[in-house]
Order: sequence, then C-alpha cells, then structure tokens
Amino acid sequence: MRVLLTSFLFALFAVELAAEEVVADLSQNRVSITANFDGSEILIFGAIKRDIAAPDDSDLDVIVTVMGPEKIETILRKDRRLGIWINVESEKLGLAPSFYSVAATRPVEDILNPLSDALWKITAEEQILSERRGLPAREALLRIRRDSGLYRRANDGVTLNQDTLFNTSIALPANLVEGTYITRILLARNGTVLDDYRTEIEVQKVGIERWLYNLAHDNAILYGLLSLFLAAIAGWGASEIFRILRR
Amino acid sequence: MQIFLPIAEVSVNAFVLLGLGGIVGILSGMFGVGGGFLITPLLFFVGIPPAVAVATSANQIVASSVSGVLAHFKRKTVDLRMGWVLLAGGLIGSAIGMQIFNVLKALGQVDLLVTLCYVVFLGIIGALMLVESLRALRRSKGRPGKARERTKHTWVHNLPFKMKFRASGLYISVIPPIIVGLVVGMLGAIMGVGGGFIMVPAMIYILGMPTKVVIGTSLFQIIFTTSFNTMLHAYTNQTVDLMLAMILLVGGVIGAQIGTQIGLRLKAEQLRIMLALLVLSVCLKLGFDLLIRPSELFSIGVL
Repeated sequence: MRVLLTSFLFALFAVELAAEEVVADLSQNRVSITANFDGSEILIFGAIKRDIAAPDDSDLDVIVTVMGPEKIETILRKDRRLGIWINVESEKLGLAPSFYSVAATRPVEDILNPLSDALWKITAEEQILSERRGLPAREALLRIRRDSGLYRRANDGVTLNQDTLFNTSIALPANLVEGTYITRILLARNGTVLDDYRTEIEVQKVGIERWLYNLAHDNAILYGLLSLFLAAIAGWGASEIFRILRR
Repeated sequence: MQIFLPIAEVSVNAFVLLGLGGIVGILSGMFGVGGGFLITPLLFFVGIPPAVAVATSANQIVASSVSGVLAHFKRKTVDLRMGWVLLAGGLIGSAIGMQIFNVLKALGQVDLLVTLCYVVFLGIIGALMLVESLRALRRSKGRPGKARERTKHTWVHNLPFKMKFRASGLYISVIPPIIVGLVVGMLGAIMGVGGGFIMVPAMIYILGMPTKVVIGTSLFQIIFTTSFNTMLHAYTNQTVDLMLAMILLVGGVIGAQIGTQIGLRLKAEQLRIMLALLVLSVCLKLGFDLLIRPSELFSIGVL
C-alpha cells in the first residue's frame, strides 16, 4: 500500500521533473525599511532549463508566490449589545502570514488541478489556515487582508516569453512587517507542478527606524526619558523662538 | 512624502501629520486647550493603531503644555501649590487608568473604552460649555460690563484638611483637588489626553478658582501627569512613537502660535461657542460610529 502511495506521489511530481527546470533570480534579496520607505518593488526573472525539447501538447505556466512572516492571528467579532456595537468574541485562528502574493501567467485555478493546489498550497484559499475553511472568522481574515492589499493575486502578473524566459514584479506594500519573506517560483504543466525554486527576501528596518525600535523595546525607560526630553526641549524651543520673532 | 513610523509600523504621509499637528495646534492656541482630545481620534482616522495613538498623544501634549506653561509663568498665573496637590491625585489616577487600559487591551475592548470615554466626556463638557457661553453672550448683549459674582460657599468648603492656596485666593480642603486630579489623571491615561478640557471647568466650577490662574495651573500639572503617562506607556506597552510625536510637534508648535494670534482677534464668548461646537461634533461623530452597524463586523486583533 505504502509503495503504491509513494509511487503515486512520485508520479504526481517527479515524472516530468527532470525534463524542465526553473532557474530564477531576484532583483534584490534584501529590503531595507528606512524613514521614507514607501513600499518596494521586487523584480523576479528567470528561465526554463530543458534537456529535451518542450512538449507541444500542453501549456507551460509559471507561478510566483511571496509569503511574509507568519503570526498567530486573533479575530474579534462585533455585535450589538445595549444598542452599541462592541467586540463580543475573540478567536485565536492560528498562524497566518502577514503578506501573501500570488502571481501567475493565468488564473491558478486554470493552471493547476485542485489536488496540486492543495499539495503545494498555492492560492491564499489553500495556503492560509486552510484547515479552518468555512469558519466565518477565517473568511473574515482573508477578506480584511485582501481589502487592505496584504493578500493579493495577479492572474496575469507573470510574463512568459516563448516558453523559456519569464519575469514578474512583486510590489511590497508600505506597511510591511519585518522578517523573512519566502519566495517560491513554480513551473506547471498539465495541471501539476513540475519544478519549484525557493528563495528568501529579508525585510529589515535600518538606520533611525532600527535604532528607535530597538531602544523602545530593549531600553524602554531610556526611550521614555528621551521622548520626554525631546518634548520638553521642543516646547521650550518653540516658545523661545516665537518670543524672539515677536520682538 | 511618505514616512515610515518605527513603532506604529505604518507608512503615513508626513504632510498629513504636519497638517494634523498644525490644525490641533491652531485650536489649542485659540482656545487654550492641549488638543489631546482632537489629536487622538484624528490619529485613529489616519490609520495609527489606537494604542500607539494614545501613547504618542501623551508625549505630544507634554511639549505643547511646556510651551504654554512658560508663558503663564512669566505672567505669574500659575498656582504652584494647587498644581502640586492636583498632581498628587493625578499620578495615582494615571497609575489606575493604565491598569484599566491594560486589562481592557487584553480583553480586546480598548477601542470601546476609549471611544465611550470620548463620547461621554466630550458630550458633557461640550453641552455645558455651549449652554454657558450662549448665556454669557446673551448677558453681554443685555448689560455689558457686569462683574462676575463672587464664588459661592458650597459643600466643597466644609471638608477637612484645609490648606491655603494664596495664588488662587482660596482656603479649601485638599480633598476636592486631589479627587479632581485623580479623575483627570485616570482619564488621561485611558484617553491619551492631558485632560485640560475636564480640568479647567472642574477648577472653575468645583474648586472655585479664579479664571486667570486656571489655565496656567492646569497646564503645569498636565505636564507631569502626561509625562508620567508617556513613561508608563513606553515602559509597559512600548507604544510611544517618537518619530510620530516629533512630526506632530513641529506642526503643533507652529499652529499654536498662529492660533494664539487668531484667538486675540475674537471675542471670548464666540471662542467658547466655537470650541463647544467642535467638541460636540467630535462627540457626535464617535457616538454615531458606535450606534451604526459597522460594514465589517470582524477585525484583526492587535497584540
């Protein structure tokens, strides 16, 4: 039985694996959040390596996913109590990424069969808390994140040239969470994934952003005193400057 | 120009923040209030997380109060002794308020508490101020130059632990000022405000202090309670955003000076009516948001 299952899975992924491989690179592997950070655009490009000629009976597709750091999310639900709308219920959902983007040469549903989508966790439906599917709180999380542009999909976001060269650009939003962004580039044909390539993008605060954040967390008292000192100086400075100006 | 705020972790347009600081500064210069009650809800509107908005407003109020109190010191319109007594109550109140804030934050009810506090207090103060200033306006039209009545002898004057407050010309028990300080300190910690808009009427109507020392004294003690609040927020929640505070400050101090000039050209009663209407409109906006069914019933918890 196990042999049968293994060989079935093997057949599913591996048969064509040797035939076509993906080679890819990113325009940058590091995103620095500076004071004037306003989002970032990462170019992802690559080519398909072949030992034999490409089969012409089926279409080749490329899917690119980028996933931000995961965090255990809690969802609050509002309801009417005594005439006003308040949070009445909070539910811990489990790990969900702060950012998730899917770009492909055409809609993922057309590229992959549902089983491959589920195995490779491609669409947000499959990737994000798929075990809690149908739960209103989970659907709400997906809806809120989609509406705020944190979970995105671009159905024709990847350009594929002559079944060989591809490129796409992933726009990272301005309100980015620090951490490791896992990037996957997948090659698909006949509804299944042929090959995948994984890489990481490091997102980090730098300069004054890093310094302030660290100080606030590692040395809260000093940070508090610094805030007060600067506030007092600013208040005093303002009254002095305007006193001089008014003379 | 977008700017990324290190603690709030959102990117906001710096000019929007400067503008917000400026508008609030103009109002605080015109009306002699700290403006915390306006800046905190405005920060919610531009997408700053409530916890950060509350903590950062406290820091910003320190600066505007320092700026204001210096002018009052020069005019000798600060009752230091009263200030210290109010402060004693204020610090206890802040500590209590912070405990309430953190308990409700853990329960996911901070937004509700903050909004309810705003609706209730802005509503009461706004309505009282409007009624009072409309009456004053009518009176000034009828018989101009009528002297204000002497402070009435009320229950406040019958309590023990009396103390002499020379600058205010009062000889009253220390209990009422301590309680006023405590309540304002508590609300300040919860709402991210200095509490001037509650403190000033309380000093005039409950304590019976002369109007000329009220604002200076209130600002004096607000510096210390908001400093204490800033420290508590910075220490327990790490939610003070220095970058945000500094941008608001720059806008605020410039606005305050412009506001003072505008204020000098308007009549006191007109100013009070305008302030009352402003307070009431913020109250109504927040109140309606509680009553109307929100378009999204779910929200992602911030921990």
